[in-house]
Amino acid sequence: MSDKVLTVEFVTPEKRVWSGKATMVSARTLEGDLGILPDHAPLLGVLVDGKVTIESVDGSSQEFNVSGGFLSVANNRVSVLGESATQ
Amino acid sequence: MGAQLRIYRRRIRSVKATKKITRAMELISASRIVKAQQRVSASTPYANELTRAVSAVATFSNTNHPLTTESASPKRAAVLIITADRGMAGAYSSSAIKEADGLVVTLKARGLDVHTYLVGRKAVNYFKFRNRPIKNSWTGFSDNPTYAHAKMISDELISAFIADAQVDINGVDELHIVYTEFKSMITQIAMNKRMLPLEVVESDGPAPAGLLPMYEFEPNAGEVLNALLPRYIESRVYNALLQSAASEHAARRRAMKSATDNADELIKSLTRLANAARQAEITQEISEIVGGADALASASAGSE
Repeated sequence: MSDKVLTVEFVTPEKRVWSGKATMVSARTLEGDLGILPDHAPLLGVLVDGKVTIESVDGSSQEFNVSGGFLSVANNRVSVLGESATQ
Repeated sequence: MGAQLRIYRRRIRSVKATKKITRAMELISASRIVKAQQRVSASTPYANELTRAVSAVATFSNTNHPLTTESASPKRAAVLIITADRGMAGAYSSSAIKEADGLVVTLKARGLDVHTYLVGRKAVNYFKFRNRPIKNSWTGFSDNPTYAHAKMISDELISAFIADAQVDINGVDELHIVYTEFKSMITQIAMNKRMLPLEVVESDGPAPAGLLPMYEFEPNAGEVLNALLPRYIESRVYNALLQSAASEHAARRRAMKSATDNADELIKSLTRLANAARQAEITQEISEIVGGADALASASAGSE
């Protein structure tokens, strides 16, 4: 794998849920499950209620339940905007 | 104790009791401003990301969305006014209402009917007292709004906006919001903004660096915009609610601080007056005794 990493921001209106470097983010959009690795093409997707998994650079994996929201990817920067999220 | 002195003492006691209350309210508000400010900054990352996303879609798609298209002949406008639930906050609520009145005048000058939506008991009372029509109102959370409140308000506003104003009497063509912006602990400014139709997307945060990338949309630009824009409005309303809440606490703290200062002053001057009254009483008693003794002395001197 390349040494590139993703900069992830997982935010909800009320707080920043998670932010940091990650090797992979996976989420479920309207069109189905989606995994994002470094150097992914710019993308803006609508999320459906489901799980968002973030594989952090330190090897740990974070899982969140998210209800509604968006995912945007550009230049190895991933923003997950959830309406509400629980770990 | 003389009557005068008793009255002064009673007034001092009552001013002291009031001072205790205003001091407590001042301290409570001071601690809540910090909390409210933290909530404003906690909501900023979301708002920034959302703004980025909206500008990305707006730049790369020419989809016409009802929320961004301007009506050719606008008939009606909605105004959302955010005020406090409780008083004791100086001119906080009245300056927001005054700002709204100014906005309504300009809207009416453009030939628009105005529907008012209110947040906060103060605005509701103001409008009810003057028998002005209220389209809808929400109360009970002005000092501690949550995202759910913002969602509730924006849902109603967006559905009013989407309804066709030409045929539906509840439909509106424009949506304005009046709130109090929290500039700093000492400056809060009531201001109005047009929320819908969306104008140029403005970002409060740092401007996105360089060009925006060519996004792929999933499932497509129209769908993304459909889902994105209501969230954007919600987040704007939420931000306005939070800013207003912070401003409310700051205004209340300031009002209560000056009330406490006034109470101090009042106690000082009343104490002076009470001292003077006490002194006058003593002086009078002494002169009465001296006078009485003189009279006795001269009476007994005459009888000998």
